Amino acid sequence: MTDPRQSPTETILASLPRRRRAEARFRIYGIAAIGVALAFLVLLIGAIGSKGIGAFSQAEIALDVTLDESVLDPSGTRDPETLSTANYRAVVRAALGEIFPEAVSKRRDRRKLMALVSAGAGFELRELVLEDPGAIGQTMRVWVPADDEVDMLLKGAIARESGRFNDKQLAWLDRLEEEGRIRSAFNWRFFSSGDSREPELAGILGAISGSFFALLTCLVLSFPLGVMTAIYLEEFAPRNRWTDLIEININNLAAVPSIVFGLLGLAIFLGFMGLTRSAPLVGGMVLALMTLPTVIIATRASLRAVPPSIREAAIGLGASRMQAMLHHTLPLAMPGIMTGTIIGMAQALGESAPLIMIGMVAFIVDVPQGLLDPASALPVQIYIWADSPERAFAEKTAAAIIVLLAFLVVMNLTAVILRRRFERRW
Amino acid sequence: MKKTLIAGLLAGVAVAGAAEARDQIRIVGSSTVFPFSTAVAERFGKTTSFKTPIVESTGSGGGLKLFCTGTGEGHPDITNASRRIKAKEVETCAKNGVADVIEVKIGYDGIVLANSRDTGRMSLALRDVFLALAHEVPDGACESADACPMKANPHNTWKDVNPELPDVRIEVLGPPATSGTRDAFVELAMEGGCKTFAGIKAMKKADKKAYKKVCHTIREDGAYIEAGENDNLIVQKLTTNPRALGIFGFSFLDQNSDKLQGSTVNGVAPEFEEIAEGNYPVSRALFFYVKKAHIGEVPGIAEFIAEFTDEATWGPEGYLADKGLIPMSDAEREEWRGAANGLQNLSM
Repeated sequence: MTDPRQSPTETILASLPRRRRAEARFRIYGIAAIGVALAFLVLLIGAIGSKGIGAFSQAEIALDVTLDESVLDPSGTRDPETLSTANYRAVVRAALGEIFPEAVSKRRDRRKLMALVSAGAGFELRELVLEDPGAIGQTMRVWVPADDEVDMLLKGAIARESGRFNDKQLAWLDRLEEEGRIRSAFNWRFFSSGDSREPELAGILGAISGSFFALLTCLVLSFPLGVMTAIYLEEFAPRNRWTDLIEININNLAAVPSIVFGLLGLAIFLGFMGLTRSAPLVGGMVLALMTLPTVIIATRASLRAVPPSIREAAIGLGASRMQAMLHHTLPLAMPGIMTGTIIGMAQALGESAPLIMIGMVAFIVDVPQGLLDPASALPVQIYIWADSPERAFAEKTAAAIIVLLAFLVVMNLTAVILRRRFERRW
Repeated sequence: MKKTLIAGLLAGVAVAGAAEARDQIRIVGSSTVFPFSTAVAERFGKTTSFKTPIVESTGSGGGLKLFCTGTGEGHPDITNASRRIKAKEVETCAKNGVADVIEVKIGYDGIVLANSRDTGRMSLALRDVFLALAHEVPDGACESADACPMKANPHNTWKDVNPELPDVRIEVLGPPATSGTRDAFVELAMEGGCKTFAGIKAMKKADKKAYKKVCHTIREDGAYIEAGENDNLIVQKLTTNPRALGIFGFSFLDQNSDKLQGSTVNGVAPEFEEIAEGNYPVSRALFFYVKKAHIGEVPGIAEFIAEFTDEATWGPEGYLADKGLIPMSDAEREEWRGAANGLQNLSM
């Protein structure tokens, strides 16, 4: 430009390399940003995966238990009440004593020996007897869960010389291993039981079914309400100051922190309506409040994406506005609505803050069977385990995160597939 | 058709609200007592014919607030607390019809100052803790209330605090101000060290507010790092940063004793026996409170108290000791067991 002899074409040509370099740099920045994000994702999933994978197996110890009638059912009536309150721990102790006769004489040794098997071993024997009272009097080999610290030791998370086991205990464990009485089995308890204070017995079934009931309530409430609101606002409502106000408020609600909805739930559902605390019904109602704006906004967007020509053609052929809506616009908008709803549900599944207020952040052992049974939820279970002192809960926490992530991925994949299969581009 | 459906739904909700004849004990309260309370609840549910109680972790203050809002199905039966109930809370309770409350002391919890086993064990006096962590420290010997000017905490290393301590930067990971552990730490450790200055001690009588401000304010210049409510997080950070010291409950030290060591305080190590005998200075009592009006209404409350106060539960050989609870002395346990099972009212 400073050179008057240069023609405009030459000026452009001269600046070309510089501009190409700028473009190349820009691309590199973009790729680098994606690379960093991906690296973090891999790191995160890798860290959780490597920590959590251990929770899917559990050390078990084989005991030759004698279900002694004189201990379990002295009267011989086979009364379920007697059978369920009998002293199964004594049976476990006797079975251990048979393997290590030298350890039964001293009280201290007996305690140390009992510490190797889970406190839940007795309860599992009880289940076995209650299911089949005919087993009383027999001797059989039963695999019972090992104590969580033994499990950690065998998985290498606690070192042998950590001081958490004394020499006698280590020798006993070695002998059990030599005799083939220790195995690492798939941890089915993790998927079939509720919460427990013993890491080796704790499971996520309670949390999963709590989350299921809450999401069911959330879906049943938020989907019809949200879709109807959106249809009215988009297709039928007059444009005036009131509808503008409503629209602004819906958009604002989508940005409200979720704990606020929890407070609202506490005041209205628990305080005013007097519903039960910790019930997934109430949890679902609170989550529905949170999901409504997402559903409404997604529905309105997909209704708007249907070309007006379709509506006009239907009305032109004599359909009423409602018929045009229900027969033509809504079916075409459905894939978008479903996608929005599923994403809203996935958000609700990962939410724990609003549940604190309505009492779902709680220790609940029994697996909920219905909408009014006390329940926790998956993210809440993760939070409770992450806060527990026992070392073995660290891997349970990671495993629960894996399960939660798996559900989220499945839900999001469903949304993507729905969109791919049914969405029409105009 | 649609109308009947809606009416039916509403009726369903109303019935659900009204028909809550509760057959399950509900417990709220302290997150410190939570691990113990849940362990008893689980055992209680498995060994008796009663349903497993539901235990919520709401914090001591939040629990007492819920507990004191009234009697009836919708209110909790028991609340856990990592401190004693306050006179004000007893008043609120009484005002809302919760007049008769049973107090049960369950044992002790030690608050430890621990660091990684990769470095040496620290040996602290309460005065060192105060001088290291207070917002303001006395400028000079501070022998009387009149001659005790204060200055902003100038100490950067432990050696600045006490020449016998190592020359390491002060870096303490502890709970945030909302935590009950923090309250107890401030009251027991900070105030304990603070009181060793005659001038500040004299201030307590003259100007209680100023005394509290001096003793209870923790420095905010980065030496004390608020590490969140999760004690496991502090444990993890200590293993990666051997120079740092962490503040948390004894059960977390107990579970991680292969990685961490507790500093001695006033010459006493944070060990099970020392805390149980009351020698370790930074320990607090744990309680739970029972609503007397609910006994008989909600099944199992009296039996739950009996289970909790059983020797096999809270004794030195009991399963709560395995979870990290420090039991009371034999005489104390005897006394509290008698009072609790006799359903004796709380007396302040």
